[in-house]
Amino acid sequence: MSKDNAVTVKNVYKNYGETEALSDMSLDFPRGELTSLLGPSGCGKTTLLKIIAGLLPATSGEVIVNGQIVKEPGPDRAFVFQDFALLPWASVIRNVAFGLELRGVVKSERESIAQKYIGDVGLKGFENSFPHELSGGMRQRVGLARALSVDAQVLLMDEPFSAVDEQTRRKFQEDLLNLVKNENKTFIFVTHSIEEAVYVSDQIALLLPRPSRVSEIIRPTSFKNKDVDSIRRDSEYLDIVDRIWKSLRTYVK
Amino acid sequence: MKHRPLFLKIISAVILFGAWEIGGRSGVSFAFPPFSESMVAFWSLIIEGTMFKAYAETLKPLVVGIIISGLLGITLGIWIGLSDKFDWFISPIFIVMQAAPLAALIPLLIMAYGIGLTSKVFVVCIMAMPVIVLNTSAAVKNTPTNIKEMAKAFQGKDIDVIFKIILPASSPIIFAGLRLGVSAGFIGAILAELKITPTGVGDIISYSRSIADYPSMYAAIFSIILLAVLFLNILEKMENFLFKGNNQGYVSE
Amino acid sequence: MKLFGYRLPAMSSLILWGLLWEVFGRLEVTYFIPSLSAIFDTFLEIAPTKVFIKAVSETAYAFLAGTFYAVVIGVPTGILMGKNRIIDELLLPWVNMFLSAPLTALVPVLMVLFGFGMKSIIIITTLFAIWIIILNTRAGVMQINRSLVDMARSFGAKPIDAFFKIYFWAALPEILGGVRIGFIRAVKGVIIGQLLISIVGFGALFELYSSNFLMKHFWAVIIVLFAMAFTISEILAFFERKVAYYASKRG
Repeated sequence: MSKDNAVTVKNVYKNYGETEALSDMSLDFPRGELTSLLGPSGCGKTTLLKIIAGLLPATSGEVIVNGQIVKEPGPDRAFVFQDFALLPWASVIRNVAFGLELRGVVKSERESIAQKYIGDVGLKGFENSFPHELSGGMRQRVGLARALSVDAQVLLMDEPFSAVDEQTRRKFQEDLLNLVKNENKTFIFVTHSIEEAVYVSDQIALLLPRPSRVSEIIRPTSFKNKDVDSIRRDSEYLDIVDRIWKSLRTYVK
Repeated sequence: MKHRPLFLKIISAVILFGAWEIGGRSGVSFAFPPFSESMVAFWSLIIEGTMFKAYAETLKPLVVGIIISGLLGITLGIWIGLSDKFDWFISPIFIVMQAAPLAALIPLLIMAYGIGLTSKVFVVCIMAMPVIVLNTSAAVKNTPTNIKEMAKAFQGKDIDVIFKIILPASSPIIFAGLRLGVSAGFIGAILAELKITPTGVGDIISYSRSIADYPSMYAAIFSIILLAVLFLNILEKMENFLFKGNNQGYVSE
Repeated sequence: MKLFGYRLPAMSSLILWGLLWEVFGRLEVTYFIPSLSAIFDTFLEIAPTKVFIKAVSETAYAFLAGTFYAVVIGVPTGILMGKNRIIDELLLPWVNMFLSAPLTALVPVLMVLFGFGMKSIIIITTLFAIWIIILNTRAGVMQINRSLVDMARSFGAKPIDAFFKIYFWAALPEILGGVRIGFIRAVKGVIIGQLLISIVGFGALFELYSSNFLMKHFWAVIIVLFAMAFTISEILAFFERKVAYYASKRG
């Protein structure tokens, strides 16, 4: 093993009764990098993410995070939800601090931590707003700030941008690239958008359904150090997008 | 297990009726006969034909009342739903009626219309009407704008919009309102027989109570609840069958 | 509706109805409908009397006791049903049945079992209110956003925290909705109970007024009752709207 992996998935199976959702899945997630799980619906990408999170038990096989076998959710992982999962009755600051609240951090301390991350995600001034007063994009920023504030080493993101509009989404993707660069965290990112996966990832795991398996692992190289504006014009970027679409198209009905 | 729901239903029925039987046998109260005795009484009331004669009497005001409140209520409801002015003028009456204990009007009805069928029909009507009117008007008002606009975009006339769009779209809720009306009507019919004059099933209940024939009293009460629940269940099944895929899923009470 | 560019408040037509009633009453068309002002005068006359205050307090007591039991038993039962499948499957058929069953028919049973008094009225009030409270609480608990539950787990929430910080609040709009409808039903139950067991509260008053053909007295009581019922329902609806957004973002 040449690289240091923050998360390792080893021979994981997941069955729901008769149906096999995941079958002999093995995958490494290098530390400090962003890995996308990309594939058509039904390929088990969210199932895999939830198994890594400890929200779902695997039928067999194991997930190792920092040398520890995952049995349940733990402080080393934080989850960002597709539908944000904010508490509608709590203000932004309480939502952001909620992970810390559940861990028993005292109020003044958790609020000052939350305050910092609210600023980081660009929501300064909205501390006392409520989720229903925010736009979808701002809500997901709250969800992101909540995940960052518990300072987990691994961030699990389940299609975090699919419920926001296209322009907000692009801004998010740029912000995410900076986040990966600046925070020394490992990101696992589930998406069904090919362009998004290629744009944000250090490594793309292409999953295919029936039976669910890792069909390919792609590591973009040439555009990784370019600035955000030129990525989408890079020829390697375009080639990878094309290549992925060609292997996926037969699975799309 | 395939028959699990049915199995559990039977179990829970056995528990409840078993508790009734044990409670009755252990002599909690002289006025609490065991389940088996009540069922024997139930059976003999059926064999003697008393039950059928009683229901012929009891269902008369119910059927007449429901037909009147159905026709009048749906017409009023549609009118309210279509006209702002009429809505402003009439709706508050039914909103107050909906929240009010209309049973309090029974002594007045007896004074005004005597103790005959008219009073009883009236009781059924005042109980059943509000929910029918309010459901109908809510359904008409809440017809999705997009399909109304669709009809107008294809040059549909107002009358077409009412008969081809609004009415079909609101029929599930109108029907559900009718079902709730029948449910309220049952309360009215029983109330009428217990409060105004004991006829039909109300007579069996009152008479057997006065001669302390408690098994017959329980049997009569059991029968009316059973009849109401069965009938309402059939209506609900019909509703699900008739309006598959056209259910807006709200019913106001 | 708009009049001269003004938006008329929703329930304002009741004033118009009141005026129509007044005119109709003054025309003395029928003995049964006295004018509204005469009814109001009668109300002022009977309001301070002992019988009236006794009726109001007895009704209020039966109502409060009945709804208290309905909430205290109904909400936990609903939560239990929402969280435990076996309990749910065992109880749900009965809850559904009693929700739509004509419970009025049970009054004679209650009378022979619990006597012709307050106890029976309280029980009938509880029986009218409880089923919808159970059912709504259950629905509220069951449709809690799945990802809120996952969120709590992913941050390692203890069951007790998850319950008091998430489940209860997320289900609150439905619970309050059930409580509101339950209270409306309880008002009806308390009156039906008193009508059939007519020696307590307003039941006794109705009996007294109608047997003596005191129409103004009778209407005064009716209007007070209706106004109280409507007020209770509106107050609860107000609270329900206040917490409606707690349930927002539900798939």
